[in-house]
Amino acid sequence: MSTKRRSGLGEKANVFAALGDETRLLLLAKLSKGQRHSISELTEGTKLTRQAVTKHLRVLERVRIVHAKRAGRESLFTLDPEPIDEMVAYLETVSKQWDAALTRLKAFVERDKA
Amino acid sequence: MEDQLEKRIELSAPVERVWQALTDSREFGEWFRVKMEGPFVAGEAVGGQLTFPGYEHLRMDIVVKTIKPTSYFSYTWHPYAVNPKADYSQETPTLVEFRLEVIRGGTLLTVTESGFAKLPKERYADAFRMNTRGWEQQLQSIEAYVNKAS
Repeated sequence: MSTKRRSGLGEKANVFAALGDETRLLLLAKLSKGQRHSISELTEGTKLTRQAVTKHLRVLERVRIVHAKRAGRESLFTLDPEPIDEMVAYLETVSKQWDAALTRLKAFVERDKA
Repeated sequence: MEDQLEKRIELSAPVERVWQALTDSREFGEWFRVKMEGPFVAGEAVGGQLTFPGYEHLRMDIVVKTIKPTSYFSYTWHPYAVNPKADYSQETPTLVEFRLEVIRGGTLLTVTESGFAKLPKERYADAFRMNTRGWEQQLQSIEAYVNKAS
């Protein structure tokens, strides 16, 4: 069974590429509690430098998983996974349902031959 | 933005057999898991209770659009209308199309569902919430895993 998509996969691939890094996953995990964090807070308890953390945050920002907001002298980062594309997630759900339904259809129409 | 799903599947059964499984509402219900209350008639609405385990409390309603034996069958519906209390009637339905082609050894069936871009955004979120464990939860389990490992 094959699925054809008109677009959107490229964007998704970028998101997954951004996620394909242990440090960035850890940063996301820290941000996943819903609070805003400064770079200092995110650097705390890691072996990383501020510069390294900043670099990783920028990568996450580019694919719009993480957003930065300036607060005084520093930037506060939040996790905002919605741009990951609710529609892609939705289509995936519908797509899986079709896969399951068509698998049942196949069994149903091929049953008679057996 | 992508707006359409397309599925292709080769079936080792003659086109007539597949056609019947798609357009005889009772047979359709066998594999789609719905107990349709009437036949499929072009231009008419029909529906029935789902028989899918865990979803028996839900109905599925479609409006049959085109029946062109034995190559094309289409209907519109509200996909993923899983909230029995919600009123989906104001939403633009999606169009489901089945195309059948004779191939060596059977039938090539192509299913397309289109019109997702017109669905209200909340609908995406519903399905997202229901069908994934959610980002936060995923990430927290990663964190838990990493913390355990270190």
